[in-house]
Amino acid sequence: MRNKYSVFSLIKNALSYHENWQRAWKDPAPKKEYDAVIIGGGGHGLATAYYLAKKHNMNNIAVVEKGWIGGGNTGRNTTIIRSNYLWDASAGLYDHALKIWEGLSQELNYNVMFSQRGVMNLAHNLQDVRDLKRRTHANRLNGIDAVYLSTEEVKKFCPIINTSQDIRYPVLGGTLQRRAGTARHDAVAWGYARGADAMGVDIIQNCEVKGIKRNGDSVEGIETTKGFIKTKKVGVVAAGHSSVIANMAGLRLPLESKPLQALVSEPVKPIIDTVVMSNAVHAYVSQSDKGELVIGAGTDDYVSYTQKGSHQIVEGTLNAILELYPIFSRMRMLRQWGGIVDICPDASPILSKTSIKGLYFNCGWGTGGFKATPGSGDLFAHTIANDEPHKLNAAFNLNRFVSGDLVDEHGAAAVAH
Amino acid sequence: MFLINCPYCGERDQQEFKAGGEAHIERPKQPTELSDDEWAEYLFMRKNIKGVQFERWNHAHGCRKWFNMVRDTSNDEIKAIYKMGEKPPSQ
Repeated sequence: MRNKYSVFSLIKNALSYHENWQRAWKDPAPKKEYDAVIIGGGGHGLATAYYLAKKHNMNNIAVVEKGWIGGGNTGRNTTIIRSNYLWDASAGLYDHALKIWEGLSQELNYNVMFSQRGVMNLAHNLQDVRDLKRRTHANRLNGIDAVYLSTEEVKKFCPIINTSQDIRYPVLGGTLQRRAGTARHDAVAWGYARGADAMGVDIIQNCEVKGIKRNGDSVEGIETTKGFIKTKKVGVVAAGHSSVIANMAGLRLPLESKPLQALVSEPVKPIIDTVVMSNAVHAYVSQSDKGELVIGAGTDDYVSYTQKGSHQIVEGTLNAILELYPIFSRMRMLRQWGGIVDICPDASPILSKTSIKGLYFNCGWGTGGFKATPGSGDLFAHTIANDEPHKLNAAFNLNRFVSGDLVDEHGAAAVAH
Repeated sequence: MFLINCPYCGERDQQEFKAGGEAHIERPKQPTELSDDEWAEYLFMRKNIKGVQFERWNHAHGCRKWFNMVRDTSNDEIKAIYKMGEKPPSQ
């Protein structure tokens, strides 16, 4: 039985110096057989397991993770959540996720610190202005809140932005999605892990997948560093390593894995109470609850699994940040890191069945998967349980690269890839 | 970030180069006879190897010439560099 977190449990545990908190999830050895196994214990994988157990009554399932849960891209992103995508298919997918975010802390009984502080996208040239206005209209037609702001309104909403028309790429306007914001990334992984574990899901850490066993065109199980696990359904949610798993099953995916970097500054008092993104100059920034500026840089253009990335990428982003926010000129950067993102040619994800029965892929989220975590888990669970996609993820199938029915979100992405 | 030994200019900073993706993907000789599956394979599907990978690079801010590289993507170590049209070194 899982104890509920509440103000009373906090007081009770304070009396025993916080030494008697119940374990949030168990540390089981793998069973011989499961009804389904999820490869990858990040936010998307854990959410998938949570919804499989909760909505589809699949409790005899496991999540296998080669490292520790939430140690990959879930713990490396800049925690931005928004749903102001251009195309109908993307709008449906990302807004489904945003709606779940709005009640997630209550549902999980775990504070994911979801903060709807708004996300502003800036325009720096006339094409940006046209694109962002078009996207604002498209968002509204899809029932997603969006407003277009003039330069003065941008300045009013976030006074530290340099809106002088003398800078190299002056701010000509912007869009604002007020329902958008940020959440605490680790808490999302931990909350889903705790919730899934409470319903009987085995979360197996330090368990790397070494092979996928097939019998003709169907899956029979997976080879792992903790032995063979028999299962008829395998959901792969391995982000940057999706192609590595696909190769084990003899599949090829339309993905390239590249390093994406982020960095945080020393903590300072509250200075920016929203999220600001600039596509044209590639700068985006928000402030964490600890007070650090959280800055996202770009991807390198070559394939790499090193979780590092090139220095000039960070330098380019900081140049843009300094021009837009002169007030940050004396800030010191504290930490920098990289994550490996799996990028699709159309910059949209894949949540799909494959040519192998019982093998499903949830990948290709590229540089922007965190925001979709709850929706991705919910829809991927539906796809695995029913062996059919939900109508919201039907467009994100693997076959679109054969049919040509791509969901080309490159132009609508908040920052250029 | 690493140094790349351009076969025409010598060792230069990686910043000067542009990655051109997987090498030795041959353009179909008779495109009109290709099925949709074969087109998808040619256009979109990639090996995306974690380990030794063959790829194309362009010295974009230098001599602007294309060449091939063998690189370990798990640690960014460059194993070999050879000119376009040359046979890839055997691994």
